[in-house]
Amino acid sequence: MIGVSLKGLAGRKLRALLTALAIILGVAMVSGTYVLTDTIDKAFSQIFQETYANTDAVVNGRGADIEFQGESTATPPIPEEILEQVQSVSSVEAAAGTVFDQRDAKILTKEGKAVNTNGAPSFGFGLDTSEEASRFNPLKLLDGTWADEAGEVVIDSGTADREGYAIGDKVQISTLEPAEEFEIVGLAQYGNTDSLGNATFAAFTISEAQRLLHRDGQLDAVSVAARDGVTPTALVKDLRSELPGDVVNVRTGLEQADEDAESAEFTTFIRYFLLAFAGIALFVGAFVIFNTLSITVAQRTREFATLRTLGASRRQVLGSVILEALVIGLLSAIIGLFAGLGLAIGLNELFKALNLELPSTDTVFATRTIVVSLLIGTVVTVLAGLFPAIRATRVPPIAAVREGAELPKSRLAPLAPYFAIVTIAIAVALLGLAMFKDDLATAPRLLSIAGGVLLLFLGVALISSRVVRPIARVVGWPATQIGGVAGRLAKENSMRNPARTAATAAALMIGVALVTFVGVLANGMKESNRGAIEDQVQADYVVTAQDGFSPFVAGAGDALEEAGVGETVTPVRSELGKIDDEAQYVTGIDPDSIAETYAFEWQDGSNAVLAELGRDGAIVAKGFADDNDLRVGSPLELLAPNGSTALLEVKAVYEPPPFFPLLGAVSVGRELFDSLYERPRNQYVFVNVEGSASAAATKELETAVADFPDAKVQTREGWIKQQDEDFNTFLTMLYVLLALSVIVSLFGMVNTLVLSVFERTRELGMLRAVGMTRRQIRRMVRHESVITALIGTALGLPLGIFLAALVTQALGQFDLRFEVPYSLLVVFAVIAIVVGIVAAIAPARRAARLNVLEALQYE
Amino acid sequence: MRSWLDYTVEVNVNAVAPATTDGREQAAKAAVVSARDVTRQYGEGETAVQAVRGISLDVKQGELTAIMGPSGSGKSTLMHILAGLDKPTSGEVSIAGSTITALDDNALTKVRRKHIGFIFQFFNLLPMLTAEENIVLPLELAGRKYDRAWVDQVIGKVGLSDRRKHRPSELSGGQQQRVAIARALASRPTIMFADEPTGNLDSKTSAEILDVLRESVEEYGQTTVMVTHDPNAAAIGHRTLFLADGLIVKELHGASAHDLIVAIDEVGSA
Repeated sequence: MIGVSLKGLAGRKLRALLTALAIILGVAMVSGTYVLTDTIDKAFSQIFQETYANTDAVVNGRGADIEFQGESTATPPIPEEILEQVQSVSSVEAAAGTVFDQRDAKILTKEGKAVNTNGAPSFGFGLDTSEEASRFNPLKLLDGTWADEAGEVVIDSGTADREGYAIGDKVQISTLEPAEEFEIVGLAQYGNTDSLGNATFAAFTISEAQRLLHRDGQLDAVSVAARDGVTPTALVKDLRSELPGDVVNVRTGLEQADEDAESAEFTTFIRYFLLAFAGIALFVGAFVIFNTLSITVAQRTREFATLRTLGASRRQVLGSVILEALVIGLLSAIIGLFAGLGLAIGLNELFKALNLELPSTDTVFATRTIVVSLLIGTVVTVLAGLFPAIRATRVPPIAAVREGAELPKSRLAPLAPYFAIVTIAIAVALLGLAMFKDDLATAPRLLSIAGGVLLLFLGVALISSRVVRPIARVVGWPATQIGGVAGRLAKENSMRNPARTAATAAALMIGVALVTFVGVLANGMKESNRGAIEDQVQADYVVTAQDGFSPFVAGAGDALEEAGVGETVTPVRSELGKIDDEAQYVTGIDPDSIAETYAFEWQDGSNAVLAELGRDGAIVAKGFADDNDLRVGSPLELLAPNGSTALLEVKAVYEPPPFFPLLGAVSVGRELFDSLYERPRNQYVFVNVEGSASAAATKELETAVADFPDAKVQTREGWIKQQDEDFNTFLTMLYVLLALSVIVSLFGMVNTLVLSVFERTRELGMLRAVGMTRRQIRRMVRHESVITALIGTALGLPLGIFLAALVTQALGQFDLRFEVPYSLLVVFAVIAIVVGIVAAIAPARRAARLNVLEALQYE
Repeated sequence: MRSWLDYTVEVNVNAVAPATTDGREQAAKAAVVSARDVTRQYGEGETAVQAVRGISLDVKQGELTAIMGPSGSGKSTLMHILAGLDKPTSGEVSIAGSTITALDDNALTKVRRKHIGFIFQFFNLLPMLTAEENIVLPLELAGRKYDRAWVDQVIGKVGLSDRRKHRPSELSGGQQQRVAIARALASRPTIMFADEPTGNLDSKTSAEILDVLRESVEEYGQTTVMVTHDPNAAAIGHRTLFLADGLIVKELHGASAHDLIVAIDEVGSA
């Protein structure tokens, strides 16, 4: 029996291959995701392990360590004297100080723009490169020498390659000081890591770094090596006893590496993000497998009956179909596993193309990748094949001698609509639970969303065979108009076997629904974003960092104020702080001018309050005030990262648009802000000019910040558009990833068409005999394919809109708008038509090439 | 019935066939289909099979020609070649005066649309179309404006006036074959080919279908070639050709079913 099954499979290679492709893609995505994220993970852990490879202990500043929404404050620097104190401890063999800054050393391109790291760090180092300190150096010099005096710099080789810099070149680097020119004396990399992704670094001498990064007489860390025989733990103990505990933290090198590596947790996010798309592709693949096996089982009715008459038991028939699925599944999984290696490169390129380069090192192909990929591919295929296999067992032996034997109807068939309705009901309940139940942890919430969406798709697919006919009648109408009799036959063909058409269309429906969901939601977000900005910002210009969101040097704002170009120049500082022990963003505003550029929606207070802010007044956003029972007159305690605190009083409460509040939960006067934060930075500088924004005004403003290349001058409209564009980049990535599932469903369509053509061989022969041309045959198959694609679209578009509406509702507290982008939906429908046409190419050719005589005699 | 029968028993051997058709029988009516020295070989070398060994014939306007012969005699192959569905290894076929043997697929399709109607053993109707839609399908494929009145007449002729909107699955075998006959007649083809039209029907239904066929030949002068095993079917023909081993071995004119059974025995034992 096993032999029969395998030989049968070998005899249908093309079909098996097409079926396999549906699973190969999904498995490749799984394996590719693991390979990519494992590789990134390894690169990250290499970075941190190598940094502290020869470091037994690290001494750095003791700060408030504030973390909020994935951001955390930098550890405060320590006084230089600590280094001498460390060196005088008896168990210390060697120690070296480092200046280290994650974001303020911006290397400029030859055009004078800051290299855009897209949120990745732009490291600035001050390194002790002496012989005895070299063991602590996290950088590996590839070429040239270390910076030895002021005006010299070593930059990372990745940036040098990308921007075309070489040793001996002059390079502009902007720091907390305006941009200055340095000579590149060496190129380096971070340990053994080939690429740091988008991150850049510039390494100076310590004293130069102290000057540029505003750390006069300060160091960020002291690395320590223990004498022989002293364990790191003992060393840490000695250091702790000798050093002022209120100023410094002492950790072993290993502890420090772990601490740093936590900030790399976002690879976990990328992994689950990509695996979700792999899951979608596999789910669609399961539909395709189910459908293909269902059709082949139906077509092999007589074969199964013959086997039964020859003595095969039901169990053996069941086994033979499952074995077929198992073999297809395992083969696809193996191919997919290795295809994943290639896909990992593709994914990395995709990220790169979207300017999201990630650190890389040698490819990691873990056992876990192999096991999970093989298992998931095989299991999904076998599960999808289970139902068709059970149906095959229902073929009675007598079917072997009947003319035109058909597969008996499943006993469950009459129950399908009820089953579908129950499934949809459960799905909606799960979705509702996930979206509107407040006290649900993230994991069960995500699981019930995923489960709900999957069940929803399943339920709609189950019921779709009932709606295929009416939908086909509508979406098939154009075909009958433009395709003539071939188009009419195509429409009829698409309605002949509703279950088959439904399953084929359902696979495409999933992709269309998800793309629509993303498109509609994204459109709402863009609209909400624009609305939020327009409601708040009254300024003609918004000056931001090059990336549009990072805080940037305060000097740029000062320069704008001094230049006197604008009528009003009002910087908005932003940093993390703890307010009554809760981490939040704190903004520093200029009380005299902010109201001219930012419209406060006062709940309790007025613009007049701004003048009274002084050094102890605070303006609080309504949401934060409600959560903490604050009202005008309430006291607040603000803790800055360096440990200094301020006691404040609430002077006014305002309500910013929840979707994108530009200011933090608490805003204070700039004077107070600057006294609490050592190196204050601006998030925005709002500028009003005389008249309105103009090319001349833009030019003047740009000239004023010419020395601060990280500063970007944009009109309010330009800023909104820039944000839309950045968002579009992310959207593009989502679309590309969802395209994978659309491609899988395309294979499903090809499969169904090929099988239908095969099944209708004699009919095609007749049509040719009574005068159908090859062109008409091709047109008929193509139109049927397009109609199937349109049915999938007709199901997918409303489903996607429904899901988007649901999520919009669930995100009600953020005031997310719901606006359906109709032109985009038309684009999706056109793409679906193209998918239909592409899917029909091979089957149509096959149908047209049939030999009329052989087809007529075909049984 | 027997009275109009006219025995003309002659053995038409390959070598003399051209002389027979060209010289002796001066056709009163024009030949609408003619074949000259047609051979058809399947395969190559030692495994080659000669299905048709050299046949020439003419089918005259308004004539119903039956082709009989045992399985493997080449009768189906001959019909397929005459209908342009298969190409002869050598020889030439012409329909309505033009040679079809050298035509490409597109041109052949056009010839089929214009000149040829088909009736199949297994009816070959499209299950999702109604009887009427099946009947006008070839006309629509050709994209021609067609004569409604004629189609209605044909549907009445085959006795399907009250079954127009039924789908094949709602029709009996006989009714399905009536649809197929109407489909073949609808385009008023130069020649209609029927391939075992009663092969899949019981004897009573067969008789009804044969009546319909005979009437359409008589009333509309529809030239027809029918391949059959069934002497009752062949008996409605004006003449019957007997094939054996790829050659025409006998030709009868106006033979009865009984005559044909006798002839089958002769040919079979020859």
